[in-house]
Amino acid sequence: MKSQISIENVSKVFGRHKALNNVSLEIKEGEIFALLGPNGAGKTTLISAICGLCRQSSGNIKVNNFDTLTHYKETRNQIGLVPQELPLDGFESVYNSCQFSRGLFGLKDSRDHIEKILKTLSLFDKRDEQIFGLSGGMKRRLLIAKALAHEPKILFLDEPTAGVDVSLRRDIWRLIEDQKKMGVTIILTTHYIEEAEQLADRVGIINSGEIILVKEKTALMSEFSKKTTFIRLSKKLKNPSFMKKNKKISLTENGMTLKLVGINNKSNELQSIVNMLSQNGIAFTEINTVDNSLEDIFLDLVETQ
Amino acid sequence: MNIQAAITIYKFEMARFRRTIFQSLVAPIITTSLYFVVFGAAIGSKIETINGVSYGSFIVPGLIMLYLMTESINNAAFGIYFPKFVGSIFEVLSAPVSSLEATIGYVGAAASKSTIIGLMIFLTSNLFVTHDIKYPLVMAIFIILTAITFSLFGFIIGIWAQNWEKLSIIPTLLVTPLVFLGGSFYSIDMLPDFWQKVSLLNPVFYLISGFRWSFFGTSEIPIALSIVAILSFMAICLAVIAIIFKTGYRLRT
Repeated sequence: MKSQISIENVSKVFGRHKALNNVSLEIKEGEIFALLGPNGAGKTTLISAICGLCRQSSGNIKVNNFDTLTHYKETRNQIGLVPQELPLDGFESVYNSCQFSRGLFGLKDSRDHIEKILKTLSLFDKRDEQIFGLSGGMKRRLLIAKALAHEPKILFLDEPTAGVDVSLRRDIWRLIEDQKKMGVTIILTTHYIEEAEQLADRVGIINSGEIILVKEKTALMSEFSKKTTFIRLSKKLKNPSFMKKNKKISLTENGMTLKLVGINNKSNELQSIVNMLSQNGIAFTEINTVDNSLEDIFLDLVETQ
Repeated sequence: MNIQAAITIYKFEMARFRRTIFQSLVAPIITTSLYFVVFGAAIGSKIETINGVSYGSFIVPGLIMLYLMTESINNAAFGIYFPKFVGSIFEVLSAPVSSLEATIGYVGAAASKSTIIGLMIFLTSNLFVTHDIKYPLVMAIFIILTAITFSLFGFIIGIWAQNWEKLSIIPTLLVTPLVFLGGSFYSIDMLPDFWQKVSLLNPVFYLISGFRWSFFGTSEIPIALSIVAILSFMAICLAVIAIIFKTGYRLRT
């Protein structure tokens, strides 16, 4: 896949605060790229710089080889943006609001296209209603409809499912997947790591304005994969001596469960521990092993930075 | 050029005008009627003609200018401030819309609205006084130039304002006094010498005087000076807007 967005050494300074610090990143055509990071990490600033809402202090951003500063019309034409907040003119009707968004991109009104989007987002019945009357979830969907009104090649979704219920979140996920099938490149920022795990092809982690890591999601999960095994004991333990020798083992649930983090299957480490328990006369009732999630990986990376 | 974007912004703003048509049109008409009752009938009956024009007719250009200027400023300032306030300005800023296209859309709509209001006031005045317009073409040019220029000024105020108070402070504390003291309701010949000279420092005086010339063919100052004044103010506003968009002042971070 060819690179569609190219970010080279971009920094953004607000007064003394460096919101972006020498960020370089490539977004590939047709992928879903999840940008993860804690609050204030620089996710929205980076999106704003690409979309033209703020100007980078240094560095270059190119969209399909067009510079976002010198050829802003060409770059913005390709981009649809769903912002984090719900910034809408409440007096306008749903349909007219979408029509306005489309018109800003130099396109004439296309009732068929707008109605199709409104139907997809279950907003068709509300098309003539004022935005004031919509629920929070509907406003969120309307923002997506507005971003899609000009049929963008690249879609930025800045925390699109923040504050929406589970059902709507699934609907939005489906819509994102449909857009990807249509060839749209999607850049997603989210606090819900589950969302990135579900949707993303690649994941970028940003913290304190710096990109810590960019990887294919599957490669990331496998590289940083750690298994955690829980051994439920039949009676309570108090700091057995074998625990002192092995830092991977800890006691949880008031001494009723042994927690083994990062056990290596290839070296039969679990078997050794089970043998050790038997030798010490410690009985157990259950063994449960879970893979760590993208959320665990994200937290590990951010905390160790 | 993205003409469609300018048209879209224009239509969007005009739709807002249509939604508030009662407030937008009826209020100025009622107020104008009151001006005619108070100034034209009650006070005007005590005043003899001014430069051969009855007092009731004399105040018509001043009244139109008063509304044209204040409505241009208010409409343009609100037009850009409101999307800034609710955050929906992000759409315009992230769209392929140049500063010129955005200005044409917002300022064009504000100028159109105030021109409509100005014409409504002119029609209302015909209910109270009869007058012939000596130079209708000049009158039309003056209305359009004033509407555009003060809409540009209002656009600047709307971008500059960071809260509702700032949005109204310049129109209330600066523009309205300048319009009232610029000869809307009197000829500066009626003032003492000192205040006549002070009035010459008021830029609005030149506009009202020039506009009045288009009605009656007489004014306190040459018409060319009035045209130079309005064109100069327009050039200043355009230059300020160009700087605002170039630097992203209070629009882009």
